[in-house]
Amino acid sequence: MSAGIILGIIGAILGIVLAVASKVFHVEVDPRIEEVEEVLPQANCGACGFAGCASYAEAVVKGNAEITDCTPGGEEVASKIADILGVQKENKEKKVAIIHCNANFEEMNRKFDYEGIDSCRGASLALGGDLTCDYGCLGYYDCKNACPFDAIYISENKVPRIDEEKCTACGVCIEKCPKNLIDYKPYDMEVDVLCKSKEKGASAKKICQTACIACGLCEKNCPVDAIHVEDNLAVIDYDKCISCGKCAEVCPTDAIEDKLLKDTEYEKRETPNIIEDECVGCTVCAKNCPVEAIEGEVKKVHKIDKSICVACGICVDKCPKDAIEWEHVSKKE
Amino acid sequence: MSISGLFVIAVSAILVNNFVLARFLGLCPFMGVSKKLDSAFGMGGAVIFVMTIASAVTWIIQHYILNKFGLGYLQTIAFILVIASLVQFIEMFLHKALPHLYKALGIYLPLITTNCAILGVTILNIDEGYNFIQTIVHGFSAGLGFLLALVMMAGIREKLELADVPESLKGLGLTFVTASLMSLAFMGFAGLV
Repeated sequence: MSAGIILGIIGAILGIVLAVASKVFHVEVDPRIEEVEEVLPQANCGACGFAGCASYAEAVVKGNAEITDCTPGGEEVASKIADILGVQKENKEKKVAIIHCNANFEEMNRKFDYEGIDSCRGASLALGGDLTCDYGCLGYYDCKNACPFDAIYISENKVPRIDEEKCTACGVCIEKCPKNLIDYKPYDMEVDVLCKSKEKGASAKKICQTACIACGLCEKNCPVDAIHVEDNLAVIDYDKCISCGKCAEVCPTDAIEDKLLKDTEYEKRETPNIIEDECVGCTVCAKNCPVEAIEGEVKKVHKIDKSICVACGICVDKCPKDAIEWEHVSKKE
Repeated sequence: MSISGLFVIAVSAILVNNFVLARFLGLCPFMGVSKKLDSAFGMGGAVIFVMTIASAVTWIIQHYILNKFGLGYLQTIAFILVIASLVQFIEMFLHKALPHLYKALGIYLPLITTNCAILGVTILNIDEGYNFIQTIVHGFSAGLGFLLALVMMAGIREKLELADVPESLKGLGLTFVTASLMSLAFMGFAGLV
C-alpha cells in the first residue's frame, strides 16, 4: 500500500517538475518547419546544399533558402512549400544532367591496357585513362553507380546516358565524373553537344569519329546565334537556344544530338504546316516565332514561310487551337 | 575514502568491468551507433553526461526516500521512472540553455532513456554500497568506459568498410564477431584491480 503511494508521489512530483520545466524551458519552434519537412522527399540527398531535408526545411522557413531548391521534389514539393509559407512560387525551369560524350570507345584506340581498379576515378589517375581521347568518357560508369535515382543507362555505344525523365538534377554524378563531362542543362532544350574534346579538328577526328572538329558549320547555321566554337569545341548557349536542331542537322560528325530525332528513323526535321480550316488568326504563332517566318493578319489564316522556318516547333506548342501540324517524313537511308 | 580508492573505482569501471565488453550492458547502441566515429563520440558524450547525473540523483532517491520508508524492493521501477524523466528534463534544459550542446547530442539524448547501461550503473552504485562521491565517480567512469568501447568499435568498423568481407558475414555478422573478440581482449584486464 505504502509502496503504491510513495511511487505515486514520486511520479507526481516528477510529472509536475517536467510540466513546469516544459513551460520554463520552452523554446519557440516555428511549426511551419515541421510542416515543410513533412512534404519533402526525405531522400537526404543534399542537392539543396544543406545537410539534409530537416536542415533545408529550417533554412527555407527562415528565408535562407529558395522554395525551389529541392530538385528531387521538383514542382510538386515547391508548390506545397509555397502553400505552407504563403508565398508565390516563381516558376523555375526543370534542369537535368547531361553527359557531354557520345564516343564509341569500343572502336577507339587505346594508349595501353588498363588493369587497375574498375572505376573511372582509378583509370583517370593512370595517365588520364587508357583511351586515346583525353577528354572523353572512360567507360567505367562511376556516374551510373553513383546515381541515387537510377537515371543513367548505358547506350548502344556503351556510353552512359541520362534518362531525363528520371533525372532530378541532384548533382551526384557531376561530382563523380573525373573528366568533368557532366553538366546541367534545361530539360526543355532538345539539342546538345555531346563532346568535350578541345583537340584541334584534324587530330580530334583521328581519335574519335563523333568528336567536335570545330568546323564552325553549326555557328554559321544557327538562326539565333546560340552556338559558338571556343577552344576547338562547340558550346550551346541555352539562354538563346530555341531547340531548332539546325546545328545537329549540319554537324558533319554527329557530335551534336537532336533529342527530337534520337531513337527515331527521321533524318531531319520537317517544317510545320498550318491547317487552314483550323486557324482562327490569333497571331500567337507569329508573335512567338523566333525567326519571324510566320505572317498573317488578325483573324485571317496565317502562313509559314518555309524558306525562313527553322523547324523549332515553338509555334506548334503555342497554338491554342492545335491548328499547326508537324510531322517528320524523310527517313534515314 | 581516499583518492586511490576513487582511482580504483574509475579504472575498474573503464577497463576491468567495462559496461559493454565485460558486463554486456547497453549493447543496442553499441551495435547501432558504432558505424561512424562522429556519431560514436556524440553518443558516448551523451551517455557520460546522463550516467553521471543519473547516478547522483538515483543515489539520493535510494538513500533519502526508498530506504527511509523501507521500500528497497521498488528500486528498479523507481529508478526507471527517475531516469526517464531526468533525461526528458535534461533535454528541455539543454534546448533552452545550451542549444549548441543540444544540437551536438541530437537524437542520442532521448535514445539513452531506454538504455539498460544507465539503469545498470545506478543499481550497481547501490549494490556496491558506494557513498555519494564514489557514486558520481563510478557513474562518470562507466560512461567513459562506454565511450571507449563505442569509439574503438566505430574505428574498427570504419576500417572494415574497406575490407573484403565474405558475403555471409557482411554487416552485423562481422560486427558481432568483432565485438566478441574485443570482449575477449578486455578480459586481459581482469586482475588489474
